[in-house]
Parts: sequence; C-alpha cells; structure tokens
Amino acid sequence: MDRIYLDHVSAMQVDPRVLAFAEKHLKDGFGNPSSLHSVGLTGKRAVEEARKKVAELINAENETCIIFTSGATEANNLAIRGTALRNASRGKKLLASAIEHVSVLNPMKDLQKGGHELTLIPVDSTGLVDLDKLKESLTKETVVTSVMYANGEIGTIQPIPKISQIVHERGVYLHVDAIQAVGRIPVDVQKDGVDLLTLSSNDMYGPQGAGALYIKPGVKLQPVLPGGGQERGLRSGTENIFAIAGMGEAARLAKLEMTQESQRLQVIRDQLIQEITQIEESYLTGHPSQRLPHHASFRFTSIEGESILLNMDLKHNIQISTGSACSSKTLEPSHVLLAIGLKHEQAHGSMVLTLGRSNHLEQVPQVVEAVKETVQRLRQLSPL
Amino acid sequence: MAQIGYSKKVLEHFTNPRNVGVIENPDGYGKVGNPVCGDLMEMYIKVKDDIITDIKFRTFGCGSAIATSSMVTEMAKGMHVDEAMKLTRNDVATELEGLPPVKMHCSNLAADALHAAIKDYRAKKGQAEGEKK
Repeated sequence: MDRIYLDHVSAMQVDPRVLAFAEKHLKDGFGNPSSLHSVGLTGKRAVEEARKKVAELINAENETCIIFTSGATEANNLAIRGTALRNASRGKKLLASAIEHVSVLNPMKDLQKGGHELTLIPVDSTGLVDLDKLKESLTKETVVTSVMYANGEIGTIQPIPKISQIVHERGVYLHVDAIQAVGRIPVDVQKDGVDLLTLSSNDMYGPQGAGALYIKPGVKLQPVLPGGGQERGLRSGTENIFAIAGMGEAARLAKLEMTQESQRLQVIRDQLIQEITQIEESYLTGHPSQRLPHHASFRFTSIEGESILLNMDLKHNIQISTGSACSSKTLEPSHVLLAIGLKHEQAHGSMVLTLGRSNHLEQVPQVVEAVKETVQRLRQLSPL
Repeated sequence: MAQIGYSKKVLEHFTNPRNVGVIENPDGYGKVGNPVCGDLMEMYIKVKDDIITDIKFRTFGCGSAIATSSMVTEMAKGMHVDEAMKLTRNDVATELEGLPPVKMHCSNLAADALHAAIKDYRAKKGQAEGEKK
C-alpha cells in the first residue's frame, strides 16, 4: 500500500531541488562566514544570498531585517524575550492569543517569573482572536503582542492587518509566528504591518535546522544567545550554512510556486472536508473559510485521537496528526482545542490532515475510505 | 513501523483486539476511567464455579488502552477469579512486551477494570447466597 503522507504540519520532505542546492554548499562552500579568507567568503556569500531570498519572500524592507536562527522555536524565543527584556523600562506586560504555539507561550510564562505579566487573548469557536478583548487588554505597559498568522492545529488564519492596526494604536510591537502561513498564503510584512515575524525552513520544504526572525528596522531587542556577534549581534554562533542555504532556496521556490500550488491543494482540501464531514457526528474544527489552503481538521465523537492516528498508519499507511492528550508529552489535550471551547472529551477525538506536494486529488477517495473505516472500527470498540 | 515506542505485540492487539463486545446478563461488570481523561474501559465476565468462562470488553482510549484491554481479557479467560484478582497492571504490560513509560499509569487501567468486574461478581454472588439463607 502506497504511503499517503498528510502530516505536513509536523514535518515536510525536503524538496529535491533544495537538497541539491544546499548540498553544493555543504561540499564546497563550507567556509566559516566570519573567516576573512576566500573560503570563508564563499560561506558568507551563501548566507547572504539566502538572506536576500527570504527577505524577498515576505517583502521585507531589506535583507538585513532577516536574522537566521536554528529554527522557529529559537526565532520565537528571540522575538519574545528579546523585546520583553530590551524594553522592560517601558513596561512589563505581554499579550498573546490563547492559541499561540508553546514556543511563544512558554518563553512568556518564563518571563512571568522575572516579573512580567502575561494576558492571553481568547479566541472564538472558529479560532479567530477576539479583537475587542485585544483592544481592552492593550495598555501603555504592554511591550509585545504575539498573534500567529495561522494556526497549525485548526488552520484558522487571523486578520493580521486589522490586528496590526489595533496593536500599533498603542505603540506596541506586534510579533507574528507565520511558519504555517509563509509559502501557503501571501505574507507581506510591510502591508500586514508586522514588527517581528517568525519563519521556519522545514515548513517550506527546506531542511530542518534553520529558521529566521524578521525584525522591522527600528525595533529594539536584545540577543538571547550572546557570543561571537554573528547575525548583527542578535544571534551568535557559527552559521548552519547547509540549512540556511537550503532555506533560502526553499523561500525562492515558495515565492515562485505558492499561488498555483495553494490553489491545487485547496481543491483537495475542500473535497476532503466535504466528504469527511458527512461521517456521522464528525465536525470541522477551525474556521470554515478563513483557513489555510492545505489544512483540514476534524473531531469525531466517542473515539480518541491517538487511536485514530495508529489505525490510519497501521491499517492504511496514511500519516495524520492529532491534538489528543494521549499523543502529547504532557498528557494534556491541545490548548488550542480547549481555547476554541471544546470539552476535554471532545478534544480527545481530533484529527488533522495537512496537504503537501506529494498529495493529489486522486488520493481523496482512499483517504475518505480509510477515515470511515477508522471511525467505524474505533466506535465499535468504544463504550461511549 | 513502531509508533511512539509501542511494542509489536501492543500494535498487534490494537489492530486485532480479542474479546471485543458486550455480554448480556453478565455475572460481573466493571467500568473504570473517565472520558474527560481520555480513557474509559468496560469489562463483562461470565463465571462458572469461580472460573472466568467468558469475558468481553469495550474501550474508549489510546492505542495502549485498547491493547491492554484486549491483553487482559486473553490472560483472564479460563482463570480462577482469585487468580485473576492477583493480575496487576505490570503483569499486563509485561505480557505486552512493555509499554512506553508515559503510558504505564494513564492507559493501563485494564487490570483495574477486570478487578472491578470480579468485585461486582462477588458482590452479586454474596447477595444471592445471602438471599438463599
């Protein structure tokens, strides 16, 4: 049985073109960009070329706005800690939507130990941030507000330009974790009015081990990783040239191919949603229309997500993800599903399908049949 | 393929669980867990001369919850109720060639469900004998 991979939210296969490009740099361009000799220069060129490509993808003011990191977690940490600590004299209040990724929420919670105050902005049942609550929560002491572009568990896309307007009326920095959105929907930091934006290499078919933080000119933050002063002193450490070069090439390809690819995936997504929601007591999670083009997420009553994942994998060779408690390290159901108002027992039965290049419309009947068999079998086993 | 550290035997029991279903008029019935926590198990037993002659289960929960339920029914079938009462969560996990550490507590309630069914059987039996006297 051929594999049908539907977990692009967790990891993506590196694009072979990206791999070939990055490999070249691993073989020949291995120089340390900080070395002044000719070999070092080839490494430096690779990093700077990648910086330009990433800047172009999100329409940054210039390439120096891009700071490479080891991934999205580090970029989120730099954005949150960097601004909170650097601007503490202005205030110590932090705002985040209740559905942010843990790599945004946990640095904020960590800062609370040092005297910062954190307020979470609730979302409605479709996952959209409550803009009135956002307005009410912003104060003179707020230094940074973090709202993700789109959520990986429920697919909902936030109205970032509107949020930017509200946040900037108070003169507060807006950080946007955009790893799920970049490469799938147009992201333009200038048009959207973003101060800090997180990107991830692997989420656009680049190699793992690279991410980036866009920092708008004039935004003040302090490094969280002091050392040799690479990346404008904001992120020390010798550059991971292979991953960074790959991320640059992935960004270039994303810019070229996004529109067409997203249109193609959206057709598959809509077909999946239409057919899967016909299963008895199955529900779409997240927003029905303001959602990522490659993202279909559901919940089923009376069954549990880890069992869904195992059954889909073992019996059908289809890989999915779930926000169920049993599949998490903390054994807590996803905070995202609880934030949209699901009860614990409802959140346990979640299934997330995320599409990518290897998927095509002809796979839909097979996926739908597999989901039907899985739901039916697990419900037969269930006493609920 | 080994998902989240499950043994082959766990995956085999998950894929082909034994003794699934309900027994009409059971001699003992036990229910443990809670859907809020993500695990709920139901165990039905038929007992003759204190020997478990038939056993069925239904489980809502993760892979290990289903596999341990299936495993414990296989272990308990044909057993004397006194012996079955001695089966522990660890015995079930060992028989399944181990469970990931994180699953040892939350999703290993199958022995508890069996014990609950046996206690119910004993209570009913005590009641019946009491009525006879």
